[in-house]
Amino acid sequence: MKNIWTIAKREYDLYFISPVAYVIAFVMLFFLGIVFIFGVLSATQNPYGGGQTPDLRMVNVWFGYLLIFGAPALTMRLISDEIRMGTMELLLTAPIRDSELIIGKWLGALFFILSILALLLIYPIILNFFIVDPGIDQMLMLSSFLGMILLASTFLALGIGISAMFSNQIAAFFVTLFLFLGLWFLAGVPAFFITSGADFFRFLQFGTHYETIIGGTLNVSDVLYFVTLTVLGLFVGTTAVEMRRWN
Amino acid sequence: MIRVSGLTKQYGARRAIDNLTFEAEQGEVLGFLGPNGAGKTTTMRILTGYMPPTDGEAIVAGFDVVSESLEVRRRVGYLPETVPLYTDMTAFDYLKYMADLRNLPTAENRVDEVLEMVGLSDRGSGYIGNLSRGMRQRVGLAQALLHKPEVLILDEPTVGLDPNQVVDFRKLVRDIGKERTVLLSTHILSEAQHICDRVLIINKGKIIAEDTPENLQARLVGGEKVSLRVRGDADGLEKVISKVKGTKEVTMKDSNTAEFEFAPGNDIRPEVAKTIIKEGYDLLEMRAVGMSLEEIFLELTNTEVKKKK
Repeated sequence: MKNIWTIAKREYDLYFISPVAYVIAFVMLFFLGIVFIFGVLSATQNPYGGGQTPDLRMVNVWFGYLLIFGAPALTMRLISDEIRMGTMELLLTAPIRDSELIIGKWLGALFFILSILALLLIYPIILNFFIVDPGIDQMLMLSSFLGMILLASTFLALGIGISAMFSNQIAAFFVTLFLFLGLWFLAGVPAFFITSGADFFRFLQFGTHYETIIGGTLNVSDVLYFVTLTVLGLFVGTTAVEMRRWN
Repeated sequence: MIRVSGLTKQYGARRAIDNLTFEAEQGEVLGFLGPNGAGKTTTMRILTGYMPPTDGEAIVAGFDVVSESLEVRRRVGYLPETVPLYTDMTAFDYLKYMADLRNLPTAENRVDEVLEMVGLSDRGSGYIGNLSRGMRQRVGLAQALLHKPEVLILDEPTVGLDPNQVVDFRKLVRDIGKERTVLLSTHILSEAQHICDRVLIINKGKIIAEDTPENLQARLVGGEKVSLRVRGDADGLEKVISKVKGTKEVTMKDSNTAEFEFAPGNDIRPEVAKTIIKEGYDLLEMRAVGMSLEEIFLELTNTEVKKKK
């Protein structure tokens, strides 16, 4: 356990000296800030009156879209860079398990996203104290933050799984990106053409589960979907590292 | 302690190491000599738990490298040939990270100690990316020494060190080798002679010779070789040297340079010098010619071919 923590801490610290991580954090916070301001303005400054109560749903949806691009950029170098620099030999001859290495790296990246999410907490605080009277729906807010954490955890786990298979980080980035785009937008497409098993394809789709959770509906099946994919990604990563040992 | 028996590694169709068997005891420095691609790095990678062998068994520090890999890795210090380092970290932070991965108590103190041992106390706060090749090599060595390993495995450790550093390094390894087991690979025979108690020569994945460096040289050359140079042209020098009792295989390398051999234990160099001067030559230089790895290697492979015939 301590090894996981040591690796996670090193990865987390590394993000703060990496320009890529700053760009990702900046783009996400900047863009989500604009979405938030427009959301609030369109709800409160509606000239016809009787607009909706401003909420965070748009911000949360866009967080998902941005993460499709941001997560591969955060995970692409996690393992592939170690392979390229030769430091993988160091880690694989240190007394740590392959799974500890993968989980540690994943946690490091997850903590980085959690730091961004912590900054996003300012939006519900603003809404709660300054804009919405008598205050926002607390349970909805909790559910949507849980959704964002689950999504980040899944994306990062899948990303590290793919990173472990490549020694080139650009290759790792694009394969991860296409997997996310496919799972978000394309996995449900066969459902339009076939009737039997259509539910299965719809179930595969990222967006459905994510939007359900951030919409405030917490189903066991949605949570399980993300947890399963997270475990799968970490498992693939560990297996890829083990296979590297066998060449 | 290292015990290897029948170790084999297959990469696809190529057999990188073939049925290796050898041992290294505690308090011994074992040298691994061989040309590129002989299987030195592959063997070391198996012994450090980096990858499993295709066949055979290896026990390092009392544990099996496959079934008890983590126990082996806890007890082995390893400096890979590529000297893997994080260039974006300072030497201190890097060593602290590696110490933490090994769960060392009082990691900071230990890092200071190993930096001192490799002579980099004043460079600990510098980024590894800004260090010279030789300094990086020493940071890598410091990493291998962090946890006071029972077995130290060094792959081409002196590449990139300047002559002063090589001397310090040899002393360091010999000190460590007094109590622990050291396995190191090298291209350079004289290095093996300076550091190693015993040498293994491997070629194409097989051990072709195993002995102390001195015996190896004596056995192969059948004696010691000396080169001597005189002023001006040296007509008849060959004959003059041959007259001295005990000289073997006198050859002219040049118009004024000759080489001769003599049996170990029968040092005839003073005799040869006196004779030459008496004959009126001006003796400029006389020195022992060590056999290079290439020569030993050629010798060994040739004798193998002869045996087969």
